[in-house]
Amino acid sequence: MIAIIDYGVGNIFSLYSSFKFIGADAVLTSDKDTIIKSDKIILPGVGAFADAARKLKETGLGELVCSEAAKGKPLLGICLGMQMLFEKSYEYGEHEGLGLIKGSIKPIEPIIPKGYKIPHIGWNELHFPKDKPVSPLFRNIKENDFVYFVHSYYGADCEASTIATTEYGAELTAAVADKNVYGVQFHPEKSGDVGLNILRAFCEL
Amino acid sequence: MITKRIIPCLDVKNGRVVKGVNFLGLADVSSPTKLADFYSKNGADELVFYDITASYEERALFTDILKEVAETIFIPLTVGGGINTLDDFDRVLKCGADKVSVNSGAIKNPDLISQAAQKYGNQCVVLSVDVKRVDGKFCVFAKGGRENTGMDAIEWIKQGERNGAGEIVVNSIDTDGVKKGFDIEMLKAVNEAVNVPVIASGGAGSAQDFIDLFREIPDIDAGLAASIFHFGEVSIQELKQELRKNNINVRI
Repeated sequence: MIAIIDYGVGNIFSLYSSFKFIGADAVLTSDKDTIIKSDKIILPGVGAFADAARKLKETGLGELVCSEAAKGKPLLGICLGMQMLFEKSYEYGEHEGLGLIKGSIKPIEPIIPKGYKIPHIGWNELHFPKDKPVSPLFRNIKENDFVYFVHSYYGADCEASTIATTEYGAELTAAVADKNVYGVQFHPEKSGDVGLNILRAFCEL
Repeated sequence: MITKRIIPCLDVKNGRVVKGVNFLGLADVSSPTKLADFYSKNGADELVFYDITASYEERALFTDILKEVAETIFIPLTVGGGINTLDDFDRVLKCGADKVSVNSGAIKNPDLISQAAQKYGNQCVVLSVDVKRVDGKFCVFAKGGRENTGMDAIEWIKQGERNGAGEIVVNSIDTDGVKKGFDIEMLKAVNEAVNVPVIASGGAGSAQDFIDLFREIPDIDAGLAASIFHFGEVSIQELKQELRKNNINVRI
């Protein structure tokens, strides 16, 4: 069973629907026992980093996600959920994340050329780093496949764990992984068949 | 590289898509779910649903349909029509909408955009504006384009961006329904005034109109249309092939 962590952040209806659609046994939950019993964990998120980090801390769910990940359970953070995995974020101040991925969350604006719109919204291509084997998360898709992005901040200083990038006037982190901990900046539940194939691969881990 | 988005728009009334739909081989042409599925499989980058009903009961029917669509179609969904309060945002977001488009609701209550952006994030808030030329000036029209607010469109859109709208849909009343191309002059002015994505609407009658749009305004983000797709005059796949032939980057 896949536990989609429900901590009151963003639209999780589509995420839940997408797992149901591919025939996966998924539940939306904030129940600690259910999360402990699950085989895999999804950490979703849309909105502001500080607010989401506060909710994860207050509910104790952040700590639980970390201890479950430490047992080797596959964990996938999506969009803001991916950003939560990092050590810290510089979105409106400086905020602490879960620290499961080395690196920090920074605004896109200073690194992209003038004229590029912010947020980075739309379908963009995935590039896989040349010096690493293709991540098992992408075993069902191809390099240059399109996925849907919506974000104004990106994962920085995370070269070691970067498993995909995308080009938006600059190279932006599209996905990260460190052992059993995965994160994608884009929305697989909004990326058509390519996205569903990424979720299928996660289910198969 | 980011691609230009092609977005079909579906007006929904009493649970059905209105604006005559004329597809060969599609049994139930006015079923929002079937049409959405058809567009999604044929290369639509996103879908926009406008709720053009008024009563409370019809609203409930609309959200049921939205839910049904969001359970089976996995591309971004924007919902508009009758969005006047934060409760309206909540209602459609819970049913699977990714973005919510406000138009007259923001004119009646200019704080709506900032409140929604704070609560759901800028990426969730789309400002939709109906623009018409009056004495050579771009004016904002309300109530489905029937009422001149007297407001300057460029100023209104800039204010919307400042308040936290993450995307702007600009519909030209002057070119809407004429099918002779997008309102390049007006769209250029809007696109230069803001730094958030701009979606062009109103006037698409052929693939060439989209080519002209993206050539004349290279950093405009998307083109939205209804009848040209509904009537099967141009399929989204054919349109994207044409765009690619013209070196415009699209997702195929």
